[in-house]
Amino acid sequence: MADEATRKAVSQIPLLKTNAGPRDRTLWPQRLKEEYQALIHFVEQNKAADNDWFRLESNPDGTRWTGTCWFIHELLRYEFQIEFDIPVTYPDTAPEVAVPELDGKTAKMYRGGKICLTDHFAPLWARNVPRFGLAHLMALGLGPWLAVEIPDLISKGIVQREKRGNTYL
Amino acid sequence: MATVEELKLRVRELENELIKCKQKQCAMEDAQSLELHRPKIEKMSAEVVDSNPYSRLMALKRMGIVDDYEKIRTFAVAVVGVGGVGSVTAEMLTRCGIGKLLLFDYDKVELANMNRLFFQPHQAGLSKVEAAEHTLRNINPDVSFETHNYNITTMENFTHFMDRIRHGGMEEGKPVDLVLSCVDNFEARMAINKACNELGQIWMESGVSENAVSGHIQLIIPGETACFACAPPLVVAANIDEKTLKREGVCAASLPTTMGVVAGILVQNVLKYLLKFGTVSYYLGYNAMQDFFPTMAMKANPQCNDRHCREQQEEYKKREAECPKVEVVQEEEEVVHEDNEWGIELVSEVTDAELQAATGDRPELPEGITVAYTIPAEVRVAQHITASQVLTSFYHRDLQMHLWFDK
Repeated sequence: MADEATRKAVSQIPLLKTNAGPRDRTLWPQRLKEEYQALIHFVEQNKAADNDWFRLESNPDGTRWTGTCWFIHELLRYEFQIEFDIPVTYPDTAPEVAVPELDGKTAKMYRGGKICLTDHFAPLWARNVPRFGLAHLMALGLGPWLAVEIPDLISKGIVQREKRGNTYL
Repeated sequence: MATVEELKLRVRELENELIKCKQKQCAMEDAQSLELHRPKIEKMSAEVVDSNPYSRLMALKRMGIVDDYEKIRTFAVAVVGVGGVGSVTAEMLTRCGIGKLLLFDYDKVELANMNRLFFQPHQAGLSKVEAAEHTLRNINPDVSFETHNYNITTMENFTHFMDRIRHGGMEEGKPVDLVLSCVDNFEARMAINKACNELGQIWMESGVSENAVSGHIQLIIPGETACFACAPPLVVAANIDEKTLKREGVCAASLPTTMGVVAGILVQNVLKYLLKFGTVSYYLGYNAMQDFFPTMAMKANPQCNDRHCREQQEEYKKREAECPKVEVVQEEEEVVHEDNEWGIELVSEVTDAELQAATGDRPELPEGITVAYTIPAEVRVAQHITASQVLTSFYHRDLQMHLWFDK
């Protein structure tokens, strides 16, 4: 379950109103607008709290999302690419966030690098349809997963900082 | 040192050699497959010969279980998810001689799948649908196959998936007869549910728990029975301490046994539904820890989140109102002959008392279980019994054998 800080952050993310998925041609643009508003609000809030940790962007129709997230561990920064599709069943089911570069490195992951959200996140999402959106997915799904998995992967030496040019990221 | 030109030439030589090798291998494989594959069979035969792959299935008619077994060839079934449950499901349907199978999966075969049935180590790396089609076609060339290697939950694939459910039947353009969900995640189940609610397509859901010790199957008739979104997912209570379950570092466990059992009860329900025999289960759970099989039926939820489910419920209500159910009362006709001037009656050869003496006591058993035969008390003592007495009693052959050995 999410920690106190995450709960607090979530309580400040605007809840979404429009119950529409990508197959709903008329209402999806409205939902997409609310998604972006909530995401922007959440990122601004993270920045203000000096805890900026991800970026996301979508294709024009808002069905495929890509971005980066980063994690600070012992004062060092680790960065990962993230991606997911909006499923046809959205928002009844949450998107499956993937961190492809970690595929095969941890058991708490399904094929293709999809992070395992079944236990800590799926019931929470189901109880909050359609009010939860992508910002909640980041705050309550990906965030806690990274917080548990990344330090473990670092301690096992499975995740190492990549050297790009002459500087570490 | 070789020049670039020389190296280029060498590369071309090697490439040609490779092509030749490949051609040779293909020719060999073709020749082999011609030898191994039996020709297609036009009409299912009930003839009891070693070479008839359908003789044991057609025997179901003689046994009075199925009225028209050949009808199985007229059905098209879509199997979504060709993993631990789906692959075995597809194999069972193939061996039963189903008309057409449509297979959907986006995964590849991995060595980590080898604790389950069906796939073999040499298939690792192939797409599951491709590997499955190859094996299944070998088993039964009479079945037609259609495979789709994609994730059904994304926008464009979902549209195509819906189209194949609607038009991919035995006769192109007609819907499939049944959709089977053998997927391993909530998202895909919800996608199948959505498609079937929109199309009014009857489907069966199946699942095995992440701890591998329980599973279930469920028949979903849109508008009539509860759809997958009508209630939170049902789980068979495993009756184990939840805290001992959440092992660190593992997402899902699996057993070939539980998956085989669930595939078995799923296909059994499919056969009963398609060939109209026995009672089709609406929900059948399996708890492997206690060997408990709960059953139930659940009505659709009028407040279901899925709009199409609610629309199907309206349609169902209308249909029900239009044609009220007629109570089917089966009357057994008494045989009365027009004339019977000699007053002939049929009388049992043995009297009730004789029958009682010959059958012996029935042990007390729970409902649904009976003994194949009983052993009369006097026979069990068996000291004075003669061979002719044994032979005239209507016992099971094994029992007679038993008595002979006792002497």
